[in-house]
Amino acid sequence: MSEQATINVINGLYIVAAILFILGIKFLGSPRTARKGNALSALAMLIAVGVTLISEEIIEFEWIILGVAIGSVIGIILARTVQMTAMPQMVAIFNGFGGGGSALVAAAEFIRVNDLVTTGDLNEVSVDVAAIAIFSTVLGALTLTGSLIAFGKLQGLVTTRPLLLPARNIINALLGIAIIAISVYLVFEPNNPELYALVGILAALFGILLVIPIGGADMPVVISLLNSYSGVAAAATGFVLGNNILIVAGAVVGASGLILTRIMTKAMNRSLSNVMLGGFGAEGGSSSGGAEVGERPYRSSTAEDVAMILGYSQSVIFVPGYGLAVAQAQHAVKELAGLLQERGVEVKYAIHPVAGRMPGHMNVLLAEADVPYDQLLDLDQSNPEFERTDVAVIIGANDVTNPAARTDPDSPIYGMPILNVDSASQVIVLKRSMAVGFSGIDNDLFYLDNTSMYFGDAKKSVQDLVREVRELD
Amino acid sequence: MADPLLISVLIFVIAIFTGYELITKVPPTLHTPLMSGSNAISGIIVIGAIVVAGQGHSNLSIVLGVVAIALATVNVVGGFLVTDRMLRMFRPRERPDNTNKAKPDSESQK
Repeated sequence: MSEQATINVINGLYIVAAILFILGIKFLGSPRTARKGNALSALAMLIAVGVTLISEEIIEFEWIILGVAIGSVIGIILARTVQMTAMPQMVAIFNGFGGGGSALVAAAEFIRVNDLVTTGDLNEVSVDVAAIAIFSTVLGALTLTGSLIAFGKLQGLVTTRPLLLPARNIINALLGIAIIAISVYLVFEPNNPELYALVGILAALFGILLVIPIGGADMPVVISLLNSYSGVAAAATGFVLGNNILIVAGAVVGASGLILTRIMTKAMNRSLSNVMLGGFGAEGGSSSGGAEVGERPYRSSTAEDVAMILGYSQSVIFVPGYGLAVAQAQHAVKELAGLLQERGVEVKYAIHPVAGRMPGHMNVLLAEADVPYDQLLDLDQSNPEFERTDVAVIIGANDVTNPAARTDPDSPIYGMPILNVDSASQVIVLKRSMAVGFSGIDNDLFYLDNTSMYFGDAKKSVQDLVREVRELD
Repeated sequence: MADPLLISVLIFVIAIFTGYELITKVPPTLHTPLMSGSNAISGIIVIGAIVVAGQGHSNLSIVLGVVAIALATVNVVGGFLVTDRMLRMFRPRERPDNTNKAKPDSESQK
């Protein structure tokens, strides 16, 4: 009876945790409540962990405390010291750790169940437990190594150029078939720990080969997808352990990752398979570009000209791209925006979904520079705004402003949703040179009559503008 | 009582739909915190790791479990903290539209 009561309390608290997770995600829907939402999710996690600790299966507390202590110290240090520009690789590595955890837990449970069969405490390893455990280990292992490669690419440790092995599609196909074949065999002949380890290792190798050929600018898609995988792997482990809170939390994360993946591929005008098969940008950079670039006439401006245009306009929209983040120019831009606002200029920011290295990355970088979030416009809000705007200032963005996406059916980016900056009265492009963007194609925007190029490093250029605007009047 | 596996599948499906409905409502400006926050939630695997390590079934399962606990705890603790750090930075326009530099008073008054 009292044992039953304990089980009921445990299950009741798990339900409370599940509700708090759902509420936490719901509160993430608005910037005002988002912090509370995150705190609720953390509370849910605390409850779930606490409940698990009081359940009587637990006998080895020392080891648990050791693991939690190590993980907490590393987690706290990483979370406190990471730069906001490095957020994508941070999420990637956390994600990989979660996936790796799932793989190990499923493996340990698989081994335990097999041992029970050996000792005669259990008749057989049921087919569904074996299948889901293998699935969880495979998915978790490839999430771990895939995330590590994504981390390496974003951190600049692994080449960001797509790395194409000669027969990579054949190798990947063979590897995939081998993983499936061994997995199926294991489902029916589960008592093979060596084979189980082998399938985990092959999956880890598969994760490396999957992400290696994908270019650095496609990492937002990869991170979103791996995020989804780590959720699904956790849910699968929940099935193995018969633990519903794992299933609920894992499913929510899986859905979240899938939605973000879809948003990213849509914003890049690519299909998911196109991204995953990789190689985009490997050919583009060398084949096109070259001869054509720089031969068409364009207008170049000085800091003084640009400051005049900005200072005497009514409305300005900044269009930040990843180049701005790389140059750490967001604080200078915020300062420039402040000066313009003092002069009565209306200032906004238009953010393309792929402006950073992960979904919403640019918004975080601007928030760090203290830009209020209600000045940030997303794609759908921005485009009607440009028509009413005097000056659009593009800083470190390229392909997402290329009108060819609307007008030239032959362009590789045709159909990609872009920011229609060309409908502003004047366009100013801050850029290092006339070099092509990630897609490897020239940007028609630069040659329009209402466009001026202002060359230089993003941060220094904006700082010069700040000085020039101060000197107006 | 129905098959527990079936109930679990049902829970899984409902959770996916609930998650989908809620997450499509998250505005693009919050997508990075959403991702790092949901990522922290996927560290829920830590409780699976606790069960595996805590049962003390064999040396191998303890080792696997403790490594899994450490990995998942990095995911959970780091994920929630870094998400909070980001969300703290998100603030609306200062109430009156004057542009005198905002003092850090918004925290202390609350």
